[in-house]
Amino acid sequence: MKINKWMAATAFTVSSLFAATSFAADPLKVGFVYVGPVGDHGWSYEHDQGRLEMQEHFGDKVETTFVENVPEGADAERVITQLAKSGHDLIFTTSFGFMNPTLKAAKRFPNVTFEHATGYKRSKNVSTYVLRTYEGRYVSGVAAGMATKTNTIGYIASFPIPEVIRDINSVYLGAKSVNPDVKIKIVWVNTWYDPGKESDAANALMDQGVDIVIQHTDSPAPLIAAEKRGIMGIGQASDMSHFAPKSHMFSVRDVWAPHYIRTVQEVMDKSWAPEDYWGGFADDILQIVSINPDLPADIQSAITSTHSKIKSGEFHPFTGPMLDNTGKEVIAAGYTLTDAELAAVNWYVEGIDASIPK
Amino acid sequence: MLSVQPRIESSKKMAWFSPIIAIVLTMLVSSLMFLALGVSPTKAFEVFILQPVSDTYNIGELMVKAGPLLLCATGLALCYRANIWNIGAEGQLLVGAVASSAVAIQATQNSGFGVLLLALAAGIVAGMLWAAIPTFLYRLFHTNIILSTIMLNYIGLYTLLWAVHGPLADPDGFGFPESIIFADSVLLPLLSDNGRATISIVVAVGLALLSGLALYKTLPGFKLRVYGEDQAAARYAGFNSGKIVWGVMLFAGALAGFAGASEVIGPIGQLIPSVSPGYGYAAIIVAYLGRLNPIGIILSSLFMGSLYMGSDLAQIELGLPTAITGLFQGILLFFLLACDYLIFYQIKVVPRETEKRRQETLLQMKRDANDMNEVTSEDTKAQQGAL
Repeated sequence: MKINKWMAATAFTVSSLFAATSFAADPLKVGFVYVGPVGDHGWSYEHDQGRLEMQEHFGDKVETTFVENVPEGADAERVITQLAKSGHDLIFTTSFGFMNPTLKAAKRFPNVTFEHATGYKRSKNVSTYVLRTYEGRYVSGVAAGMATKTNTIGYIASFPIPEVIRDINSVYLGAKSVNPDVKIKIVWVNTWYDPGKESDAANALMDQGVDIVIQHTDSPAPLIAAEKRGIMGIGQASDMSHFAPKSHMFSVRDVWAPHYIRTVQEVMDKSWAPEDYWGGFADDILQIVSINPDLPADIQSAITSTHSKIKSGEFHPFTGPMLDNTGKEVIAAGYTLTDAELAAVNWYVEGIDASIPK
Repeated sequence: MLSVQPRIESSKKMAWFSPIIAIVLTMLVSSLMFLALGVSPTKAFEVFILQPVSDTYNIGELMVKAGPLLLCATGLALCYRANIWNIGAEGQLLVGAVASSAVAIQATQNSGFGVLLLALAAGIVAGMLWAAIPTFLYRLFHTNIILSTIMLNYIGLYTLLWAVHGPLADPDGFGFPESIIFADSVLLPLLSDNGRATISIVVAVGLALLSGLALYKTLPGFKLRVYGEDQAAARYAGFNSGKIVWGVMLFAGALAGFAGASEVIGPIGQLIPSVSPGYGYAAIIVAYLGRLNPIGIILSSLFMGSLYMGSDLAQIELGLPTAITGLFQGILLFFLLACDYLIFYQIKVVPRETEKRRQETLLQMKRDANDMNEVTSEDTKAQQGAL
């Protein structure tokens, strides 16, 4: 009898142990790899904000880890592999240079899900995700076209890749729609983040009579340079209003949380499948924030109305007919570019007096 | 009382003990730091020290990280032994990577072993040429070799950026700055399937051992050391200074170029703008940690490699930000260099009187020396006046 009781007790304990492990589901481990420090006030900072919001949304159902300042060389593959090895189920790699390292690690860990930002290569466990940055650029163009007095807008461009070329076109199209005499001047800095170079580029543009500075780089340096000279500018990636209280027109903010929450949910539900995700105004993954209250009322209302027209899908900046700056038709009348075509734009629209660096 | 006295001969015992003292001190100080952050110090040390060697994959990665450091530091150590301040390993590594990639992009799946050797040779020759520029300027115009090598690092970096945006860029890469992914036939053979370490690490260790042997056991090594200690003595002995300077600079350039080539046709497998996270600069620290002795450098490059790896692991396992890892590494390097003081100086407990007398004697000697200097400077003034 005694023995029976003891055995029953043991059996009960053992079975409850098993129950404990199977019922209290392990949290989903999610890893993030950042190219910069989380305190860069731009790209990596916003990804980390997205991670924190996602963590808050799921509470103890997820466990998140991030590795910051990861160089885009041989180290990237090791960091991604170590995250996969240490039991992470889902890994976000948030810089273009992590594309091939992500694919190599994904091949070694077929049961881990990978998401790579801004790349163009996918596999059965690797998705890509990008922002429709051109939507924010079009709004920037409209605001700049209305605000410019010298009819010259300056653009600090990073690398001659399709995203940047497309966005230059988008700014110009937006500006031209409200100001037929507008011109755009472009400076290439060949970097995503270098406050010194970005600041030099802003000054060079302002020396050439530019009175609105738009940047395709991540630091607040161009805005700060513009503020010093009383010239207007637009914030990139995060809310940069506090860096230039007077000169800041508005910021186009990257808001990654909705995508991170959706992806984590899909992985939990086992409904995840590789995709090429494009997020924009419609998903609130790209937002217009901190519109400067000192801007003239007509510009403020143009910003909000252009934003809502694009958000509702009523208007798409890349709708034909459209010619490139050599006079060749690039979009036929009534046609709107597909995402795949948007990812391969390699021409300047008619009216841009420049050529793409080779 | 305690007294610090210079040793007549540097202490052999302390050469072994000072790193141990440094590690103990680091553990004590950083334990406080980890405790303040709410991380168990034992867990932290496990991540920093044991994890990089905990399994075959991590050991392989440690070799991937240590390889380029070892190659660059070996070359630099020979230069520094000869009193030539070559800071140019970074630039030599980068042009080595570019030249090697220029060959590697031509390879196809069916290319033979010859193309791989050609890619390696291109990297080595490019590194040597890059090192030849400052050497030539130094021999001809006595240009400061520190400045010319630093500046060539920047030119090397911009050469790489130009190549990766232009002639070597992937034609189907949508304008992104990177080359095609090289064919497998042109990649260095792996040491193990579970990892990315290639045979280049074996070559690197072999070269370091040979350099150590040459430095201490051969006539050219002896000449190099004499030249470094005292150039005038080397001249009187009839040693050819040109041969020594050219020899060590070209050797260092070849090793750095080899390191660059083994990165692109090794773990990276393509040319990208960020081939090196500053290996050429970190190698200067590695060379000094290894006491400018190629055998010591094998250990110090593994040590530095594990510190870098510990940094990522600490973020993954402990959630520590990179800044804390930087602090830990800084504390460790600080104590390592500080404890080297014990090799050349001794700390003794002496009676107060003895120490006082010693200090007075030292002071008196200093005064005498100053007087002597004044006398000589007055003499020179007088001579100049006479002229």
